[in-house]
Amino acid sequence: MAASTAVTANYVLKPPPYPLDALEPHMSKQTLEFHWGKHHRAYVDNLKKQVLGTELEGKTIDHIILNTYNNGDLLPAFNNAAQAWNHEFFWESMKPGGGGKPSGELLALLERDFTSYEKFYEEFNAAAATQFGAGWAWLAYANDKLKVVKTPNAVNPLVLGSFPLLTIDVWEHAYYLDFQNRRPDYIKTFMNNLVSWEAVSSRLEAAKAASSSA
Amino acid sequence: MGRGWVGDGSGLTGWRRFSRKVTVSGVITAGFELKPPPYPLDALEPHMSRETLDYHWGKHHKTYVENLNKQIVGTDLDGLSLEEVVLLSYNKGNMLPAFNNAAQAWNHEFFWESIKPEGGGKPAGELLRLIERDFGSFEDCLERFKSAAASQFGSGWTWLAYKANRLDVANAVNPLPKEEDKKIVIVKTPNAVNPLLWDYSPLLTIDTWEHAYYLDFEVPSKCQMIFTKFESNGSHRVVFYAEPKSSIHKHIHGQACVMGNGKLKARIRNG
Repeated sequence: MAASTAVTANYVLKPPPYPLDALEPHMSKQTLEFHWGKHHRAYVDNLKKQVLGTELEGKTIDHIILNTYNNGDLLPAFNNAAQAWNHEFFWESMKPGGGGKPSGELLALLERDFTSYEKFYEEFNAAAATQFGAGWAWLAYANDKLKVVKTPNAVNPLVLGSFPLLTIDVWEHAYYLDFQNRRPDYIKTFMNNLVSWEAVSSRLEAAKAASSSA
Repeated sequence: MGRGWVGDGSGLTGWRRFSRKVTVSGVITAGFELKPPPYPLDALEPHMSRETLDYHWGKHHKTYVENLNKQIVGTDLDGLSLEEVVLLSYNKGNMLPAFNNAAQAWNHEFFWESIKPEGGGKPAGELLRLIERDFGSFEDCLERFKSAAASQFGSGWTWLAYKANRLDVANAVNPLPKEEDKKIVIVKTPNAVNPLLWDYSPLLTIDTWEHAYYLDFEVPSKCQMIFTKFESNGSHRVVFYAEPKSSIHKHIHGQACVMGNGKLKARIRNG
């Protein structure tokens, strides 16, 4: 069973690890104010209300996600729990001055599993661009392999048995203020200017450690 | 738009739309058109901005139509009506590639025609009678419609539809049809799905994809969008309006939404 690598057990709206204007001009402060300040906040607040007085109360978000996915026949708390998790993971997938090509072991693994960084970029880009409706695209790790997956709505790789390493939110609210309908431009900006490969690398280390101890 | 009931002994009923052929220098090619809304793009202000129409119709809807045309040219779907393409590409849930574009093209055209400047209010006549019969009151119907639209998670649509002669089982035809089985219902659908697929007759829709309201309404106040005025031409050619008049505070997703006379709470500008 895959374990998450970052998200806290408490239902806290954790701020992104940078000021809300720090990703400008690639992602506007206004977007962060709405996306983190309203959307993400609502998921956290609603999750708290939803689990209050139920047997899920006090459980970690990971536990809630894994126990409410129910093989796709989602139980009520799933959407809020997974979206709370996904968004925290998303903010930590980016950094000011990010983007570009990774190096070291991560690059070696990308080249091993995708044949080149460029091929990985293409595949990740395609997944993000073709996820119809709301959802996410991910770089994930499972069975000692890196892969790209796309998921609808609130679904994430935890419920698919993989370790998430990187995500891009392709719900329209993630890019509408800055890019309107131009999702491909948003994805390109994310890849070229926002991705935090440091975060991805440390998640990969955690994933490998968790796999080998499992 | 050519529309009407087609019924025959085989039980095949439903809306029929007429496909549009575009003639280019004497060569007839099939292709769907991006039909403009039946009002100028700024005519729904202040309830739905011109900017929204510019993007929503001028880019999103346009892209669905263009991509659909590219996708079906030279295939078996080429030359069929839009509705036929939707139904065939749905393929009983195992959707063919053209489905998303076809259904979204259909849904958006239906959406523009579901709203009008100075719309809203309360329906009358036969439609009101049926709504009162099936919901108890128009107010109850409206409340349920608003709840449905506000609670669709992810992208999708909420519909008022007329359901006739169907059992509550997908693809089943009632062998003993009765008048009481014919009902007005509210349904929510994800992504591009629409009630044509269940042989319902759509009467009214609201687009709850985020792109439909993100430029005009402070997020995540979907509830404001719901109060935008509607008109719909239904299967019995009746007219339906949704009432937006009074100011109400409502909590949706934990956020307080002020809804009053369709007034914009915040105008979001790029940059």
